[in-house]
Amino acid sequence: MDLVNLGIKSIFIDNMIFAYFLGMCSYLAVSKKVSTAIGLGAAVVFVLTIIVPANWMVQQYILKESALTWLSPQFEGMNLEFLQFIMFIAIIAAMVQLVEMIVEKVSPALYGTLGIFLPLIAVNCAILGGSLFMQEREYQSLAQATSFGLGSGVGWFLAIVGIAAIREKIRYSNVPGPLRGLGITFIITGLMGIAFMSFLGIKL
Amino acid sequence: MSTEVAEEKVVKKSEALLSKRRKKLVADPLNEDNPITIQVLGICSALAVTVKMEPTIIMALGVTFTIVFSNLLISLIRNFIPNRIRIIVQLAVVALFVTLVSEFLKAYNYPMYKVLGAFVGLIITNCIVMGRLEAFAMGNKPYDSILDGFGSGLGYAWIILAVSFFREFLGSGSILNFKVFQALGIPYVNNGLMVDSIGAFMILAIIIWVQRTKTGYVEQ
Repeated sequence: MDLVNLGIKSIFIDNMIFAYFLGMCSYLAVSKKVSTAIGLGAAVVFVLTIIVPANWMVQQYILKESALTWLSPQFEGMNLEFLQFIMFIAIIAAMVQLVEMIVEKVSPALYGTLGIFLPLIAVNCAILGGSLFMQEREYQSLAQATSFGLGSGVGWFLAIVGIAAIREKIRYSNVPGPLRGLGITFIITGLMGIAFMSFLGIKL
Repeated sequence: MSTEVAEEKVVKKSEALLSKRRKKLVADPLNEDNPITIQVLGICSALAVTVKMEPTIIMALGVTFTIVFSNLLISLIRNFIPNRIRIIVQLAVVALFVTLVSEFLKAYNYPMYKVLGAFVGLIITNCIVMGRLEAFAMGNKPYDSILDGFGSGLGYAWIILAVSFFREFLGSGSILNFKVFQALGIPYVNNGLMVDSIGAFMILAIIIWVQRTKTGYVEQ
């Protein structure tokens, strides 16, 4: 039950976009059409669910203080946390490449939809952000990390599909010239954020 | 990816250290080609750290440092990077400098390190840094790349400082932790919306609106 709660919490309350602004670049760039937004959103859900647990294991068994004792007791007290950024980003880049190859092999149809978005994801802040939050909040088990990763991904998916739908409609509205595009998207995102704030009241 | 090469004129003598073209490299990102409001890059960190001005200044310094030095390094080794793995090389270079920033902060300003938390690490995926590496440093000489990085860093810095100024002023009634309204004796109820993420979106939208009205830039 805790795991479900954690997942729901990371979808609605700790939403990647509305609470932490992560992955804003691709959120703004790829939200002009719903169909592409769904593609990118699905890819992010997919990758986050794989990478957060993977980085959790890296953190737990390689980087943390005295984490390498499973290899040999002489590593007691060794702390490799300063390597964290390089390790995480390397894992993300490698995993994204791997996921791309597996998807291409196993499901060409899915690859057709996700294809162009997968390389983009390596530099999506939401992925690295998810990994860093996972480390900062000290999740205790692999299951918790997975639940957090999945929840964050779904939250991001909801946000980008929502904004894409609104942007498709707003194209027909008479928005003041300088506000067109980026400006109005920010204002809409702010309003969506207010809606998501109502979830803050839920105690899980 | 297209690489913009700064107009290569036939330079007979060595170019002045701050020629007109080079000044443009620094000045353009400040307003007309601002990384945040025009190119729409680096928004994530721009919004997340701007609740107070102090962390914002640290963040701006960190990002500028990272852009300048990774631009320099990439520009120096640009001819040795195989095209297919350039993204990974770029990421590794950026991660190197971000690690330096983070370790420095941990050693000399630990409270700030705690406040910024994951967002120092997120400089790695800051699109401005990657964008400049990809679009400029891969095709230009080291000195030009430094100037370009410096310009982009400043363009980023002044926008996030402006956002954080309004957010701190309206949200906490203070400037750089100095309680303005209290000192002046004006009763002011803090606007909670500004401390929340929503305030950041609104303020950035207003800045974009004002800036684009001035420059006359219209999307689509």
